Amino acid sequence: MKKTYKIEVDCAACALKMEEAAQNTAGVKEATVAFMPQKMKVEFEDGVDETAVMKEVLKNCKKVESDCEIFL
Amino acid sequence: MSKKQKKVLIRIITSAILVLAFHFVPVENPYIRLVLFLIPYLIIGYDILKKAGLGIIHGKMFDENFLMALATIGAIILGEYVEGTAVMLFYQIGELFQSYAVGKSRKNISALMDIRPDYANIEKDGVLEQVDPDDVETGTIIVVQPGEKVPIDGIVSSGNSTLNTSALTGESVPREVHTGDEVISGCVNLSGVLRIQTTKEFGESTVSKILDLVENSSMKKSKSENFITRFAKYYTPAVCIGALILAIFPPILCILVGQPANWQLWIIRALTTLVISCPCALVISIPLSFFGGIGGASAKGILVKGSNYLEALSETKYVVCDKTGTLTQGVFVVTQIKSVGEMSDDMLLELAAHVESYSGHPISKSLKEAYAKELDLTRVSDVEEISGHGICAVVDGQKIAVGNVKLMNQLGISPIEPPATGTEIHVAVDNSYAGYILISDLIKPNAKAAILGLKEAGVKQVIMLTGDTKRVADVVAKELGVDITKSDLLPADKVSEVEKLLDAKNAKEKLTFVGDGINDAPVLSRADIGIAMGALGSDAAIEAADIVLMDDDPAKIATAMKISRKTLRIVHQNIVFALAVKFACLGLGAIGYVNMWWAIFADVGVMIIAVLNATRALRQND
Repeated sequence: MKKTYKIEVDCAACALKMEEAAQNTAGVKEATVAFMPQKMKVEFEDGVDETAVMKEVLKNCKKVESDCEIFL
Repeated sequence: MSKKQKKVLIRIITSAILVLAFHFVPVENPYIRLVLFLIPYLIIGYDILKKAGLGIIHGKMFDENFLMALATIGAIILGEYVEGTAVMLFYQIGELFQSYAVGKSRKNISALMDIRPDYANIEKDGVLEQVDPDDVETGTIIVVQPGEKVPIDGIVSSGNSTLNTSALTGESVPREVHTGDEVISGCVNLSGVLRIQTTKEFGESTVSKILDLVENSSMKKSKSENFITRFAKYYTPAVCIGALILAIFPPILCILVGQPANWQLWIIRALTTLVISCPCALVISIPLSFFGGIGGASAKGILVKGSNYLEALSETKYVVCDKTGTLTQGVFVVTQIKSVGEMSDDMLLELAAHVESYSGHPISKSLKEAYAKELDLTRVSDVEEISGHGICAVVDGQKIAVGNVKLMNQLGISPIEPPATGTEIHVAVDNSYAGYILISDLIKPNAKAAILGLKEAGVKQVIMLTGDTKRVADVVAKELGVDITKSDLLPADKVSEVEKLLDAKNAKEKLTFVGDGINDAPVLSRADIGIAMGALGSDAAIEAADIVLMDDDPAKIATAMKISRKTLRIVHQNIVFALAVKFACLGLGAIGYVNMWWAIFADVGVMIIAVLNATRALRQND
């Protein structure tokens, strides 16, 4: 299952940090953050609760880049 | 400028004025001076300090916030108040500039791709009502007035008009449409009112597909982007360790040999290297260049599905083209009919047209057009299509075979060879030869220039693949200047030909296949880069291709290559320029030739130049 989310992040390096944080979240198989269009594409592991995983992703992203936002 | 950006701008101006003012205030007491300079420093740098602090707490400390915080705090501790604040100030100016440039280029690209329709008109009791295109069901009649965009794909149920398709195809000549014509969403209605019966939902319509494709293109990252990601991961920690070594070892060495340690000098040099090494210029300019390149390409009717494809396209050394529909118009015209024996020319055409009645192949269409009369499908039965050979069917009780020489040979018949070139359609009735029909295809007006353009763009070989006979293929190849021609290919042969070429070439040289998207999906996905042309409306082709040309002008292939090469040139310029300046300054900084002000240039100045250079990728001139 793949889903694309709108995000808000100010710098390209921060987008890379978010990408890494999202990838390291449990339940996420693959995550890509595109800085220019401000989007995050997440591929989930099979059978996970996407909403819960995305909450975790947002939490982890906030850790590495405090003023980023993911519009869930 | 957004609210956020305005806030930063105000902070920059306030802090700059304060720094200048305090610089000229004659305060001798170092503590008062420190307090005075801390005001502008904190105004400009509080968010960076906060982020650096949070980074340390979360164990992710080696980032640009950490670099900046460490360098500026270090400078202030050593009494370099002006420098410390200035570094933070210029860093924020750089960030603001970057954010502004990025926002501007996002806006430019959405303006270029301004095809998203905001509403659809539905007539209710004689009154037009505007509704969300998403809510329109398939089969609804929508009304498009002059000046409005066609919101959903459909068929004109009444009205005549001209459509401007330039936003979709880059083609500036308006297209005429009449009742019964198919129209695609995203075109702008120019003259008359059109009533359109929708054939798709909005989400499945051309305009949605294109927007989706363009918006998701940055998700597929190029090698250059991945390189920078990996690079940034090791680079910043490495620089921090390097700076630490620079701050500690030389003074210790000095002490060991009995010289004064000079701690302050070496610590300042170490801090300078921290400022220089901020990787922002690289990290921002590369996605920005690709975004600009992809945006500039889409404005020309070239949809690139990912940065990686734009990058690979610039490395293309072999271009494999399908002939029919790509280099030639794919509009076949019957140019000669030759019947033998008792058969009349008219009868031969009639039989052939009926046998081909179920086929959608361009050749069948031309036969039907040449026949021009209504087909009586009840006369035809037992239709069997033999891929790459032709069609056999029973017409009026007679077994008719219509196809190429291979089909005739299979039936044990030796056909006569036509004197002129073209696609030969041989006809056999009950296993005896009845004659041939000659069909010719017209070369596209831009095809020759396109191949020349490819050669100029650095392509080594242009290879043409065709299911046509060698004679026809050779004539076309000679006229167009194609290097190698492979003829008499079945659709499956095209895949194996491309595979052979893929095996033979150097791995660094890329192979691009260009087709019209009709039954070449396997080849499109097998090649390094698959380009489908004139593919609007063909979902399979859009799916299989990496690059989609919205119209069927072969010159666009060369344009796409030019855009990709320009984009990659900018990317490489930025990588080389930023790294060269940074490493040069790092080297010079370590031995003391670069002061804090040069370090600021190496950081912010390089970033601004790189971003300005990257925005060039958006401007694609012919």
